[in-house]
Amino acid sequence: MHRIDCPWCGPRDEAEFAYRGDATVRRPAHDAGIDAFYDYVYTRANPRGWHTEWWHHAGGCRQFVKVVRHTMTHEIAGTGKAGDSLPVPAE
Amino acid sequence: MIELPRRPRLRTRKGGHVDRDRSLTFRFDGRAYQGHPGDTLASALLAAGVRIVGRSFKYHRPRGIYTAGPEEPNALAGIGTGARATPNSKVTTVELHDGLVARSQNRWPSLALDLMCVNSALSRFLPAGFYYKTFMWPAAFWEKVYEPAIRRAAGLGRASALPDPDHYEACHAHCDVLVVGSGVAGLAAARAAGEAGARVILAEQDFLAGGGLLCEPGQEAWRQEALAALAALPNVTTTLRTTVFGYYEQNMLGALERVADHLPVPPAHQPRQRYWTIRAGEVVLATGADERLIAFPGNDRPGVMLAGAARTYARRFGVLAGSRAVLFANNDEAYGTLAALAEAGAERVTVVDPRPLGPAAAAARRQGFEVLAGHEVTGGHGGRGIYSVEARAIGSAGAFQIDADLLCVSGGYGPAIQLASQSRTAMRWDDRIAAFVPGDAPGQRSAGGARGCFGIAAAARDGLAAGQAAASAAGFAAKAAFALPEGDDPDATVAPFWEVRARGKSFVDLQHDVTTADIRLAHREGYRHIEHAKRYTTHAMATDQGKTGGLVGAAVLAEARGETVAVVGMPTYRPYVSPVTWGAVAGHHRGRAFAPIRRTMLHDWHARRGAEFMEAGLWLRPAFYARPGEAPWDAILREGRAVRQAVGICDVSTLGKIDVQGSDAATFLDRLYTNTFSTLPVGKARYGLMLREDGMVMDDGTTSRLAPDHFFVTTTTANAGRVMEHMEFHAQTVWPELDVQFASVTDQWASMSVAGPEARRTLAKVIAGLDISDAGLPFMGVADATLAGCPVRVFRISFSGELAFEVATPAGYALAVWEAILAAGAEFGIEPYGVEALGLLRIEKGHVAGAELNGQTTMRDVGLGKMAKKGDFVGKVLAGRPGLTDPARPRLVGVRAVDRERQIRPGAHLVEPGSDRSLGWITSVTRSVEPGGWIGLAMLSGDADRHGQRLVAAFPLMNEAVEVEISSPHFVDPENARVRS
Ligand SMILES: [Zn+2]
Repeated sequence: MHRIDCPWCGPRDEAEFAYRGDATVRRPAHDAGIDAFYDYVYTRANPRGWHTEWWHHAGGCRQFVKVVRHTMTHEIAGTGKAGDSLPVPAE
Repeated sequence: MIELPRRPRLRTRKGGHVDRDRSLTFRFDGRAYQGHPGDTLASALLAAGVRIVGRSFKYHRPRGIYTAGPEEPNALAGIGTGARATPNSKVTTVELHDGLVARSQNRWPSLALDLMCVNSALSRFLPAGFYYKTFMWPAAFWEKVYEPAIRRAAGLGRASALPDPDHYEACHAHCDVLVVGSGVAGLAAARAAGEAGARVILAEQDFLAGGGLLCEPGQEAWRQEALAALAALPNVTTTLRTTVFGYYEQNMLGALERVADHLPVPPAHQPRQRYWTIRAGEVVLATGADERLIAFPGNDRPGVMLAGAARTYARRFGVLAGSRAVLFANNDEAYGTLAALAEAGAERVTVVDPRPLGPAAAAARRQGFEVLAGHEVTGGHGGRGIYSVEARAIGSAGAFQIDADLLCVSGGYGPAIQLASQSRTAMRWDDRIAAFVPGDAPGQRSAGGARGCFGIAAAARDGLAAGQAAASAAGFAAKAAFALPEGDDPDATVAPFWEVRARGKSFVDLQHDVTTADIRLAHREGYRHIEHAKRYTTHAMATDQGKTGGLVGAAVLAEARGETVAVVGMPTYRPYVSPVTWGAVAGHHRGRAFAPIRRTMLHDWHARRGAEFMEAGLWLRPAFYARPGEAPWDAILREGRAVRQAVGICDVSTLGKIDVQGSDAATFLDRLYTNTFSTLPVGKARYGLMLREDGMVMDDGTTSRLAPDHFFVTTTTANAGRVMEHMEFHAQTVWPELDVQFASVTDQWASMSVAGPEARRTLAKVIAGLDISDAGLPFMGVADATLAGCPVRVFRISFSGELAFEVATPAGYALAVWEAILAAGAEFGIEPYGVEALGLLRIEKGHVAGAELNGQTTMRDVGLGKMAKKGDFVGKVLAGRPGLTDPARPRLVGVRAVDRERQIRPGAHLVEPGSDRSLGWITSVTRSVEPGGWIGLAMLSGDADRHGQRLVAAFPLMNEAVEVEISSPHFVDPENARVRS
């Protein structure tokens, strides 16, 4: 079970959060076409390694927290607010 | 009854950790026996001369007690009776108490005579992968024939089907240093860390602390002193009967504390067990080492036991497991069993050692033990116990018999690496002890036997160092050390000796009945990888996780592959190291406490009125209000008729409500909904439809504009949380530039729908400060007012299709407002109506709800395609995918039973008469007020073209076929005149 350092609340148990997937995808412009939206909704890299992702602090401040997590070790390299750009460690 | 040979006294007169002055009575398979405080069920059974305690999983071979701890593969029993019956308990870990009742498992009809033993004779037809191969075809046979037969023949114990009378706690703990295991290394580590000032938790699975020290009378003083020192440290918590079963990320570990399993019934206000979640700064794994078996024919027979277990029974429990023993061992450590057995009164112990004569063997000879160096055991005789052991000189064919009633086996010791493996710590092969040894990891170190440091003195030194290092890593400087046990440890070097090649079944997994032949078969069939061979044979997948034979199986596979065990490796261990009861996992989350219950402010009124409640998500809502003697449908139709013909009132407080504010609030809602809210005038409401980004409908509801920058959004009851999260995601991460804030106000507002032709006359009597004529508050108008002196907000919106007003009031005023409206409507025949009538009314009107908006339908599917605006909104682009715009997609229609009183069912498929091709399906049904009889909504291919057609609603599960008429979904007032009246 992870302990996630919410930038607003401090370290909190994973049980308070809901996972919301890849935080690197960007919603395309409305006229970008079906393929761009298809990628936005469905296409994911499923990496073995560092992954920048959203964790919704649903049982806390209700903010979406950006988390850099290693998908093999579950190590968390950093957390931040939605607008933060977080460094991703080298493998 | 089994006739046992006459045996000498099995319990020693002194020594060990049992209280011989007190006796405990227990029952095993109905027969009464005596034991002492300090006994496990296993030691008490051995002391009573019981040799067979169970039958094996697949072959139903008789099995005895094999170990003295949680690594036990054989001796599983059902403990307790009735609702407290717990299956698959390892008798080697069950603490004896007075009145304990245990039953052997897996035997039918009795332990002595097991008819299923025929499996043993048929064993050549039950090889590895047997389940996969034999029972593949025909598939229909699986459920009815194969599975019940297999479950009867091969299986473990039965759980009680009664409700669990006990309760279980979930607890959290935090510490600087967690020490797992209280053997000499664990005690030294905990004391070192504790004296340095760290907050320490020392968790021990046993009911006595000490591990291997409990078999060392010479170290008893040190053990006592260490425990006293720990007890004197306020920052150290020692918890017994606590199994650390899982090692999760970020140094979180799970542990099960058996608070009351050693008592007949938990004491008042005590849980049976506690499920601990421990967050540790540093972890010291002092889990010790597990002794390995050797694979030889008949190595599973009753009377075969690990050498260390025989020593434990003699030294800790004062129980002699056999008086004419053979020790079959390839390591010096196991020679310690000789003295233990001799001191406990064994007549004779013969050593069979595959190694050439070494110093330990020579020393044993000097003490008078017969030692057969360079020999191996090839089998044992005696169906219900060992009566003779067959041995031979290695390399020779001529076997001979040794008269014996106990065969002690030791293939060496391997660190208990389960927890380190779970945390994915790198393992290193150590040739010296022929075992995998865990390295250290951030925040984690293994100590003592758990990392191959064998022997009391060496393990003590290692534990001390690990405890100091852990404390130091946690920020606590080490204090001066304390005295440690001293002495010469046996040489831990092991000559690997995995298997005796001789005819017969040689087991590597006793609990799952996996033999060396099964491992070789798996290899021949291509399962070369250890993880594949494990799953194909189920080796090491039983409740003991292969603690005694896991490495032996890996070694047999390695030999078949022509490689070393170091290359083949071990499978990764998973939680749970030992089984954990479901009760402990569930904790208090069961029955009424499984999930919270939400009640509206009017709940008590509904209950007084005789409402039948139904669950809607977490909410309890009135389904209908039956009068005495009234059938449910009569009540529902009466309530529906009141709304169509007079006036009704419904508690709709469960609808989700979100207050949205900000200069960009209108833009925000425009982007989330398919329709436009920026053009909505202040004081007006509009129906809105929200899509997921994949183009499917997510939710619907009305949104009102209270001020240019202030909106009030409602959602369906079921989707309130989802819509809130959807809004938060988009506001925070997709369009953070928008100036918009919102908050859930579902609980702050109570709301009630007043609907029916007399709704206006009813409300007009009690409302103040608002003209609710059609001119004063037109359809979709919103305005504030007061009612019975309470502030209210009135929305002229309708779900039923009748003239209707939704009255919202701050939650605390709910009852006053509700009762005032009811009183005002009395002269018009007002009726409260529940969720069933609400459904009836909306189906008659053709409004979609959860059954139609099920996440698989588009706005066009549900007849709302015209609500899509020109500009951007979430879901717009993907809703335009060809598959979703296909004109052949089923779309919303109405259905009505031709025979008006024939019931139709949701889920029924619509087919043409005589055809079995589904054209669509029914989503919602009701008996109706206005058209009369059974009607419903359906999704149908060809939709409007089929209006007027007759189709068959087929429900094959109940063998039903009902003729239905297809129509527009709007059975009532299709021109929408009533809502505007
Ligand atoms: Zn937070």
